[in-house]
Amino acid sequence: MLRFLARRLAQSVLVILGVTLVTFLISFAVPADPARMIAGRSASAAEVASVRHQLGLDRPLPVQYLRYLGHLVRGDLGRSYVQRIDVSTVVESRLPATLELMAGAIFFELLLGLPAGAFSAARRGTRADKGTMVLSFIGVSAPQFVVGLLLLYVFGYLLDLFPLGGYGGLANLFLPALTLGIAGGGWYARQSRSSMVDALRQDYVRTARAKGAGEWRVVLLHAGRNAVLPVIAMIGLDIGNFMQGVVVVEAVYGWPGIGQLAWQAIQQLDIPVIMGVTIVAAVAIVLGNLLADIITGALDPRIRVR
Amino acid sequence: MRSAWSRIRRDKAALFGLAVIAVVTFAALFAPFVAPFNPDQQFANGLTLQGAPRPPDGVYWFGTDLLGRDLLSRLIWGARASMIIGLAANLAAVVIGTTLGATAGFLGGWIGTVIMRFTDLMMAFPALLLAIALAAILHPSLWIVALVIALVNWVQIARVIYTETRALAAREFVEAVRALGAGRWRILARHVLPHLLPTILVWGTLGISSTVLIEATLSFLGVGVQPPTPSWGGIIFQSQSYFMVAPWLVVFPGLAIIFLALSFNLVGDALRDALDPTQRGIT
Repeated sequence: MLRFLARRLAQSVLVILGVTLVTFLISFAVPADPARMIAGRSASAAEVASVRHQLGLDRPLPVQYLRYLGHLVRGDLGRSYVQRIDVSTVVESRLPATLELMAGAIFFELLLGLPAGAFSAARRGTRADKGTMVLSFIGVSAPQFVVGLLLLYVFGYLLDLFPLGGYGGLANLFLPALTLGIAGGGWYARQSRSSMVDALRQDYVRTARAKGAGEWRVVLLHAGRNAVLPVIAMIGLDIGNFMQGVVVVEAVYGWPGIGQLAWQAIQQLDIPVIMGVTIVAAVAIVLGNLLADIITGALDPRIRVR
Repeated sequence: MRSAWSRIRRDKAALFGLAVIAVVTFAALFAPFVAPFNPDQQFANGLTLQGAPRPPDGVYWFGTDLLGRDLLSRLIWGARASMIIGLAANLAAVVIGTTLGATAGFLGGWIGTVIMRFTDLMMAFPALLLAIALAAILHPSLWIVALVIALVNWVQIARVIYTETRALAAREFVEAVRALGAGRWRILARHVLPHLLPTILVWGTLGISSTVLIEATLSFLGVGVQPPTPSWGGIIFQSQSYFMVAPWLVVFPGLAIIFLALSFNLVGDALRDALDPTQRGIT
């Protein structure tokens, strides 16, 4: 297990290094001159040149990249061109809102997905199974901005049950979290169904049935306990999808998280912020994958051999 | 293949998906003849006396938009953007993903390692963020959007093809043709690739669904297909602030996106059941 851990950890570090390199290179493709943005529109050519020198933008690319890496290691993500404050400060101030949204989304994902999957697996091959799976496909196929706007219209505007966006209490969290949870729930329903179908084929399930356990007792207690862990481990793999979802959902609901931050930064071509959010998101994705691997590795020793 | 088709024919959900795909394809191909009005024309009676968009009625079946244009006609023309990008971007992603995945899986060694570590790296990027950033930098046109989506969307199929190719490369029949003296590329093209076709077909179909969704999302964020070209995501982007007074401007294009994405998912899923007997009934 230790060797498996060490190898996966080294791989993760390499991937994150690669991400910083790609982000760094993309930032040079942006058709905006950072020195000009900081010096201001009315600055003379000499002033722009001096800002460029101050930022180290006149150095060779490899030197700039190493300097950038050095800053990153110390947790310094650079300074926002537009807001003139440290990117790490901006990201830190936005992170709690996104984490809150994420917790709410995972809650709804599991609440909708796990029971639907278990139900489908228990009724495997019937019309109810087929119907549930089509429903889960609708959840996966519905763009989050459409679901978000429709929920806002029905529950926010027509029924006036929830606020029309904004950040604050649980009432504000409900609809954005549900929007993310519907897409994720469709996915979890499919995953937990296949996990459950596998579990229901095992010998211990036959034993439980033979001992006269009721159908729902078998499904929930005997198979469910074993089917649910691999599905929970998938939350780690899900971080990537989630990072995409927050950009859209935070835009629809005016939720002040890092998705909204990234979206605003892209429109203003605020390169350090875009790079910062991308790297934070990538680290979260890599850590999530690592965690998922560790959990599945701990559950199933055969996987470690890979 | 024939037995696959007979299996799909019994699958009502897949037939529904095929029907929707056929209707949307027809609308996209024959938009000038199918659309009741010119999609760009701003009708004088297209707005109410207060200047608001008209709700659905006998003249404008799906209502009108903020500029008094016929929504149904714009949706029919918008099918073109969805279908062109959905097919072109996904075809490109499938070609890139299959080439890289099959090469890595078949050759292995350091080339395989480099390719697969690169896909790991791409997996770590939030694909949508990358697409938004690229689209914002490159000033999107229809084909640029397709290219951007292809550049972020090949990763998953590359991984699937890689795993499949590795399993195939270890099989006896590959060993046999190698012993007969066939060259590497001949084995790959003539003996391995044909076995990959069902997988490519399944993932290619499922991929169109996610491509349609990414296109709609990019257009909704304003970095997708640009006006005046109508696109379903773009229609929602332009009218979202009037959503409360004119909900049809979000509901109809939203349903169009959902139906199209759902249909490709249903057909892809049915193909998987039909072509891959080991998966039948599990997923």
